[in-house]
Amino acid sequence: MPNKVAITGMGIISSIGNNVEDNFHALINGTTGITKTDYLNTIYKDTLKFGEVKLSNQQLESILELPTNHRFPRTSLLGAYAAAQAIESAGIKNINEVPTGLISSTSVGGMDKTEQYFYEYFENEAIRRFILSHDAGETSHQIADYLGIKGLVTTVSTACSSAANAIMMGARLIKAGKLERVIVGGADALSIFTVNGFNSLMILTDDVNTPFDNNRKGLNLGEAAAYIVLESERQVQKNNKKVLAYLSGYGNANDAFHQTASSENGEGATLAMQKAFEVSGLKISEIDYINAHGTATPNNDLSEGRAIQNVFGKKAPVFSSTKPFTGHTLAAAASVEAVYSILALQNNMVFPNKNFKIPMEELDLIPQTSLLEKPVHHVLSNSFGFGGNCSTLIFSKS
Amino acid sequence: MENLKHELKTKIIEALNLEDIAIEDINDDHPLFGDGLGLDSIDALELIVLLDKDYGIKLTDPKEGKTIFQSINTMAAYITEHRSK
Amino acid sequence: MNKCYINGIGCISAQKTFDGGFLNEVEVNTTEVIISAKNPDYKAFISPGAIRRMAKGVKMGIAASQYALKEAQVEIPDAIIAGTGMGCLQDSEKFLKAIIDNKEQYLTPTSFIQSTHNTVGAQIALNLQCKGYNFTYVNGAISLESALLDALLQIETGEAGTILAGGVDETSGHTMSLYELVGLIKHKDQVPMDILNPKTPAAVFSEGAGFFVLESQKKSTTYATLEAVGIYNTLRQNEVVSFIENFLTTNNLKPHDIDAVVLGNNGDVAFDGYYNEAERLFPSTPLVYYKHLSGEYNTATSFGLWTALHILKKQEIPQIIQKNQVTKHPIKRIILYNQYRGKDHSLTLLNHADL
Repeated sequence: MPNKVAITGMGIISSIGNNVEDNFHALINGTTGITKTDYLNTIYKDTLKFGEVKLSNQQLESILELPTNHRFPRTSLLGAYAAAQAIESAGIKNINEVPTGLISSTSVGGMDKTEQYFYEYFENEAIRRFILSHDAGETSHQIADYLGIKGLVTTVSTACSSAANAIMMGARLIKAGKLERVIVGGADALSIFTVNGFNSLMILTDDVNTPFDNNRKGLNLGEAAAYIVLESERQVQKNNKKVLAYLSGYGNANDAFHQTASSENGEGATLAMQKAFEVSGLKISEIDYINAHGTATPNNDLSEGRAIQNVFGKKAPVFSSTKPFTGHTLAAAASVEAVYSILALQNNMVFPNKNFKIPMEELDLIPQTSLLEKPVHHVLSNSFGFGGNCSTLIFSKS
Repeated sequence: MENLKHELKTKIIEALNLEDIAIEDINDDHPLFGDGLGLDSIDALELIVLLDKDYGIKLTDPKEGKTIFQSINTMAAYITEHRSK
Repeated sequence: MNKCYINGIGCISAQKTFDGGFLNEVEVNTTEVIISAKNPDYKAFISPGAIRRMAKGVKMGIAASQYALKEAQVEIPDAIIAGTGMGCLQDSEKFLKAIIDNKEQYLTPTSFIQSTHNTVGAQIALNLQCKGYNFTYVNGAISLESALLDALLQIETGEAGTILAGGVDETSGHTMSLYELVGLIKHKDQVPMDILNPKTPAAVFSEGAGFFVLESQKKSTTYATLEAVGIYNTLRQNEVVSFIENFLTTNNLKPHDIDAVVLGNNGDVAFDGYYNEAERLFPSTPLVYYKHLSGEYNTATSFGLWTALHILKKQEIPQIIQKNQVTKHPIKRIILYNQYRGKDHSLTLLNHADL
């Protein structure tokens, strides 16, 4: 595999755990994190369920040891938390000793503050420092500053495929020799904006999400941050780094069908998967597990299911969506699921697609509903976003 | 019913930002979606909100909209029967 | 490694930059602190069914991309890569205001859908039925440069042969009011100003879109080659010189190899010092500035790039954008340097098409 890029570290915070180990234990024990919200001030607090990180902003600020006049919105708090974990996991002591960058992703950015203080900004001078924390790029800057990174910092924002695309661009920069190391991933906090946005599209369920089930009603929103560290082969050799897994393939394509809905024949998703195979040089039979996007919306699961059939025919490997555990964490989803894909490779396990009861009428596909121990050498992970943005990543055992 | 149909046409033009369309251009019988007026699934969601906000009718399944929003006539009939405002 | 040719450009801005000319008719702002972009007839580019939902940024982006594609004689590119600092502000504000004013009731989805950051790139793809790679970068003043860097790498390696890359930002009422609150925008009594000799902080804000067709083949319409893009998150003023020197060295160049420097001075006395530092490396080089014509926005470097490309093609620098009196003939290499409030530093290196 000439195109693979080494992954040497990872960090995550989600509704099922504040670190990699806790997330892993939740996955193998079947402990989901979909609950009523403790922190969101929304009219839906009693009717909808969320994959919420059970740490308040104050608690996160305290753990991160931020000064009192900081201007980190919740997305930055989650992001800095997970990114710092990733760096530690990669054994990086001096962050700028070699060209190191950060490519983060987010859809929410500082929206939680913007919506909280929409009118209050005009009356209250003390909170105005959050005005400049609104845009997506600012959260990346804050995370980079927190980690002490000096160098290339940028942000991808392509809705729910964002973190996969950040990972792809990171890989591209490593292969081109522009960077020796890059921290890639994404962060998104829950916000009233997204709750109401998704609700207006009528794609939220008032229950728990049931991916690939014939009676699925929609998604649960979640929040999370997850980052992986990509390093050049030179760095891996020089420092005798432990490689957690390899990013061996990736592809991005556009459905060009509709702004929010995916095409019924899953064309964009099909193209993305095919591109990932081309980059990896792998045969379809070599994929041992698909971590699906599987949001449990009527539209996504049909489109994705068709795309899986287009690519794999009748030979689809075991697949599952882990969104019953975490909810749909939007921009962070692909990096959360990258961490889970790496855990699958390291532990030879396929995580269950919970809440599934009835197979979809249109498809010949049934997800893996229980934890499965089997040799896992290659994992394919899908993430699809609004605007027809379809991304696929392939991870391989080290 | 005629007043309601006229009212609906005005509201649709405004809610969906159909700048180049006049009330006279919307035929009571013609399909609103697809080939007729050319509305799409996003417009359907907008109309669902309109039903709730202006007529007190709550649709929980967006698929119900397909039959209700077929034409001005079907919309007016449905609203007349189910409105609470 | 393939060369990366810029074969088509489209620019919408506070000036009439979409009519094919190069600053023939110029309006220098003396009264406004927030300037709207001049508009082509958007209906010529977008169907009525689609245009009814679009805010200004999306319209500007689509129009600019159409100009660029037409010039380069490209129907469908292999990839579309967009950059935006603030995304679709107008729809974002509209949806947010509706949430707050209506206490989360009776919300309609259109403005939410239109508010996602990748809407421009997605709409362009939908319009063209382009199913290729489609990314959007949202990182302040290096949003466009991130898109250019991504495109450059793909052209160089042959991953793609034709890429549409560009930047767009729109002004919007609520956000501009917030910017005024925190002192990012000049006060009305601070204009007109001499942008090159600033006495007050903040900048005059504007909006615009600049899209470019990058290809691995040279064409009769080629403006220049994109040689390199450098991005750096934060620098002190005394680090600018080494930032630029290192960038040039990596590209086997010295400062005297550069024939024109395009700088992003925006009249902010607190931060334009960065450009004074940059100038120290180029004492005998034509210095170009443009934000007195474009105004400031995260992707205003699209105007700077549009300017640099015209300079290379026409081999002349209009007086209204030249800071000093130095002339150089021929103009073979141009470097652009930009930053915003000490962050998001970028360097873009262009070569003449025949170099």
